[in-house]
Amino acid sequence: MNRRRSPLWWPLAALVALLAFNALASPGFFHLEWKEGRLYGTLVDIFNQGARVPMLLALGMTLVIATGGVDLSVGSLMAVSGAVAAMQVNAGASLGQAAGLGLLLSSGLGLANGWLIAKVRLQPIIATLVMMVAGRGLAMLLTGSQMVPFKDEGLRYLANGSLLGLPVPIYGVLGAALLTGWALRRSAWGLFIEATGDNETASRLAGVPTGGVRLLVYTFSGLCAGMAGLLEASNIAAADPARMGETRELDAIFAVVAGGAALTGGRFSLAGSLVGALLLQTLTLTLYNQNVPPAVAPVPKALVILGVCLLHSPKLREQMGRLRIFTPA
Amino acid sequence: MSCLLQLRGIEKRFGSFAALRGVSLELRAGEIHALMGENGAGKSTLIKVITGVHQATGGSMEMAGRAHRPRRPQQAESAGISTVYQEVNLLPNLSIAENIMMGRQPMWGPFIRPVEGRRRARAALARLGLEVDVARPLGACAVALQQMAAIARALDQEARVLILDEPTSSLDAREVAELFAVLRRLRDQGMGILFVSHFLDQVYALSDRITVLRDGGGVGTWDVAELPRLDLVGHMIGKPVAARAAESARNEFRGRAAAGFFQVEQLERRGVAGPFAFGVEAGGATGLAGLLGSGRSELARMLFGIDPATSGKVRVDGREVALHSPRAAMAAGLAFCSEDRKVEGIVPSLSVRENIILALQASRGPLRRLPECEQAALAEKFIQALNIKTRGPETPMGTLSGGNQQKCLLARWMAVQPRLLILDEPTRGIDIGAKGEIEALCAELRRAGLAILFISGELDEVVRNCNQVVVLRDRRQAAVLEGGAISLQRIMETVAAA
Repeated sequence: MNRRRSPLWWPLAALVALLAFNALASPGFFHLEWKEGRLYGTLVDIFNQGARVPMLLALGMTLVIATGGVDLSVGSLMAVSGAVAAMQVNAGASLGQAAGLGLLLSSGLGLANGWLIAKVRLQPIIATLVMMVAGRGLAMLLTGSQMVPFKDEGLRYLANGSLLGLPVPIYGVLGAALLTGWALRRSAWGLFIEATGDNETASRLAGVPTGGVRLLVYTFSGLCAGMAGLLEASNIAAADPARMGETRELDAIFAVVAGGAALTGGRFSLAGSLVGALLLQTLTLTLYNQNVPPAVAPVPKALVILGVCLLHSPKLREQMGRLRIFTPA
Repeated sequence: MSCLLQLRGIEKRFGSFAALRGVSLELRAGEIHALMGENGAGKSTLIKVITGVHQATGGSMEMAGRAHRPRRPQQAESAGISTVYQEVNLLPNLSIAENIMMGRQPMWGPFIRPVEGRRRARAALARLGLEVDVARPLGACAVALQQMAAIARALDQEARVLILDEPTSSLDAREVAELFAVLRRLRDQGMGILFVSHFLDQVYALSDRITVLRDGGGVGTWDVAELPRLDLVGHMIGKPVAARAAESARNEFRGRAAAGFFQVEQLERRGVAGPFAFGVEAGGATGLAGLLGSGRSELARMLFGIDPATSGKVRVDGREVALHSPRAAMAAGLAFCSEDRKVEGIVPSLSVRENIILALQASRGPLRRLPECEQAALAEKFIQALNIKTRGPETPMGTLSGGNQQKCLLARWMAVQPRLLILDEPTRGIDIGAKGEIEALCAELRRAGLAILFISGELDEVVRNCNQVVVLRDRRQAAVLEGGAISLQRIMETVAAA
């Protein structure tokens, strides 16, 4: 056995195990169908109905957590961007203007998070908790606490359209993930983010712009939340300022942790977080397929998350390594 | 004299690596026993075996005639063995008294008795000759006082064996003298003291016997009187002491600091330290000498923009530069190796390669990333040149030994090719071999035109390496000594002058 596994190993193994279970337990799980020029099937649903929003949020959350912080405001920022975009298209703005304004506002609020944390030096959990409440309030204020339905086909296309047989959001999420990964590899931001999360003082003394790192990751997290908000609004052709994005921040944190990142900061893996998000959604769907009542479903979900996190723990792995001594090679 | 703690053929393996191979040691009641050896010789491992942090894989131990096989540190403590570790492992947000009494608080039923705890903490500190407000949070105290609290904690446990791992590395001369007086008193009361230090002077001033370890094995035990220093060093490194590269560099250098490229003019941080005024010549080494707390580190932090000066000027090549942040200082050609390796130096879970290129990458900015192959080449070059012992460039920094981490940090700053390198206690807590290597390295850098600002609590190190010494007293500049005027005697006189 190789001693140093990639951090992707455990979430990926759990995902494969879950898919294998489904293949046995529910026939037709892997069945894909081509109808009216697009692909249908359970696998597509896993992504399209559940995983796309946590995946987007997890992109930003991964970087935030890598700096040793956390962003609780992403759910509220989703509501802000969705509400703004919906109101804009209703007021006759083009799709580009509406989406652009939504993303701009959510990124701006993310930047405000970063400013509170990097310059005012609030604890991330406090600063983003403030933004979580304030963002929700802003969304309610903008909409007058009313649902904002819209009929704009352009905005609806974002979540419901299909391109070359696949749902449009697949391209959006994968594109955002690949672009982020590429940008972090091409620049030194990835290194700076990890260094800041691992030892901020030492990084600052080595000349790393630790304040800039924080501004960047919270702004980026706000941008990701904005994209998720557009998707969510687009999906139901309405923006609901009160409910939209609620508890989504927890899904994102779960995905990042299940993907193998430590909440104390340091090493991160974008791919790990995306697999973590897929894992959660597959699990939800599996429980649904097995007719587990919705009221009980969170329990096995919690157990699986606990299991994956334990498998990441170096201490537990060390002890399992010891056990291996007793099994014949 | 009766034997208190007896170790016979102690072995400790980590996987396939033998950290200790058959070490025997005998600690008598009423003696101070120095444990000497280079980094990686097995001193820390041996101490951890005695204190139950690690379990020996071979050999036997006896404590006061009874078999000693601790599986946890608490078992060693209840057997009467107290330990003060090198890095102060206390809780900064709790009070001094709470730290001293932690785990052994006097109780009344389920309740802690804070008044009694404070009384006992005061008593323990009084045995060290210290009178302080024990209700103060420990983190607000000087490192030296924190160290004293750690020792007081050990004293309160009614220990019969006291183990001190590098207890003096953060104390100044007066505090060391006080500590030694306490240790002698404890010895005369019949306590057995095992003492680890890299300071030869202190070992010779304090201990009765010396045991030397090398590469996990015991070299031997001698009475102090029978072991001249050079022999001791020879036993530790297994060969005669290397040539004095540093001293020859000092003699070669003929620059004039007054005309140097780097000029400090009336630099002061109000309420902290200053004013300072001196110049640094390319290729020169300027030492900052003074007692602990005399403002040495404060000046370094001012120059590097960590705690910026509130008044005064710094000129580089005659041009005034504002050193308001580390990044500004780096842009002005400065580099700074902090004395606090763990907190301000290493990034532990990143690799050796990433630690080495970090400052260079930071000075290039985030968008101009160093290409992968250049990073690898740089890391490989410095690992070779500085003789850094690591499994490879991708090994996490945190797993390296202290001396090798220090070399990586030197490499980090050499990679940015600064004009003035500030080294704050670069040789603290590392062994004689590595010390010599680092001194030789500095001499080489100076030949290439780099100026060094050198801070060390060991005055002979300052005298040996520097062509100019700024002597500090009470957080201000007391004198600047140059060239032939530099001697241990002169520095001591200046420091001690009223």
